[in-house]
Amino acid sequence: MINIFTHYSHQLLVGFGWTIFSSLLALLFSLIIGAAFALMEVLPNKVCRMIGRTYVEIFRNIPLLVITMFFYLVIPMYLVKINGFTAGTIGLTLYTSAFIAETIRAGIQSVDNGQMEGARSVGMTYWQAMRYIILPQAVKIVIPPLGNQFINLVKNSSVLAFVAGFDLMYQANSIASATFDTINSYFVVGLLYLIITLPLSYYMRYLEKRTA
Amino acid sequence: MSMIEFHDVQKYYGQFHALKDINLEIDEGETVVLIGPSGSGKSTLVRTVNGLESIQNGSLIVNNQDLSSPKTDVNRLRTDVGMVFQHFYLYANKTVLENVMLAPRIVSHIPEDENRQRALSLLKMVGLESKAANMPSQISGGQQQRVAIARSLAMRPKLLLFDEPTSALDPEMIDDVLQVIKKITSDSAMTSLIVTHEMGFAKEVANRVIFMDDGRVVEDDDKTEFFRQPKTERAQQFLSKIITH
Repeated sequence: MINIFTHYSHQLLVGFGWTIFSSLLALLFSLIIGAAFALMEVLPNKVCRMIGRTYVEIFRNIPLLVITMFFYLVIPMYLVKINGFTAGTIGLTLYTSAFIAETIRAGIQSVDNGQMEGARSVGMTYWQAMRYIILPQAVKIVIPPLGNQFINLVKNSSVLAFVAGFDLMYQANSIASATFDTINSYFVVGLLYLIITLPLSYYMRYLEKRTA
Repeated sequence: MSMIEFHDVQKYYGQFHALKDINLEIDEGETVVLIGPSGSGKSTLVRTVNGLESIQNGSLIVNNQDLSSPKTDVNRLRTDVGMVFQHFYLYANKTVLENVMLAPRIVSHIPEDENRQRALSLLKMVGLESKAANMPSQISGGQQQRVAIARSLAMRPKLLLFDEPTSALDPEMIDDVLQVIKKITSDSAMTSLIVTHEMGFAKEVANRVIFMDDGRVVEDDDKTEFFRQPKTERAQQFLSKIITH
């Protein structure tokens, strides 16, 4: 195991970097997209709700690998050439955003409806009530399940390995086939994933306590 | 001058006919108590007055604005029409003081110092100045309801709606809340519409009593008349049941 660390440290570091980079990009964009679609799903407007619902149902019910392959193979055939890293990160973003939208929607809807009525009854607009009353309460509710989604996102970034995305999983495959030391290759990579996900997990728990 | 005018108002929830042929006029400064059995449409009626429930037919004019017209700015109207709910609905993420100060700040853009002073004096009026920094979850139901009253008064409304303000409270808490409401309604410039099951209180504060049953206004009387001898049999029946309790 030590051998793999020392001989392949450069390769592992590259994989570690791409995994973190892809995860950060996907986290940022899936949070923005997910929040937007969650809001659409709770809006009084029926058309908005239907669009939100459709988006969520499509992307959370298709396997991540299928979405990713679509961007890696199908989109380049007809539209633009994109590399494996980009295709994987887009797939990861869309897939995760559907789950994040679902999480945030549930959080918003779990805030008592009376909070909205209380706010509207003194003349606040729908968006003022959302901003000052509903969303701050929803954030507290949403932090723990959102932490789960973030951890899943980091682990799911291993989909990049299928589309030559140079991430940790990709490097594990490559080291394993070069050394035939499959056990240690994957063991090392598993540890490296933990280095990312454990602190993330603790940080989310800390946030949860701080906002409680 | 009338503050509220219902003209042939109908309200449906799907197939259910919740308000039937409502015709009602409430003048500025009146204190009107709305009573009747559960499901008779009292709460629904009160909630239509600030647009929390829409009406399907007829016209409803509140503070000279037509609620049945889509052009009416409901948010603007609500700044003149306060509402106190059965379950208070204080903002759970804001302190007591912030609950009172928020709407004047973001809706009416009152200067911060003036807003704070006004909020503190309202909290004093309801006897809760010392709870200003508490969160709603840290105070009792009766206290929460008094804060909710202060919150609606902070907008300086011309009309106050009370939807069963004491129904969710412990018996010992009810009196404090009723005292505050009494104080407010004694101000002759304030119009109030109060849904309540507290008959003693109704007798004390009301100028006028409206009795509802099955979505209709069955009786609309001067207070003394109503409590001495209701005209309709349905109201007599209702009163006798409530009073013997």
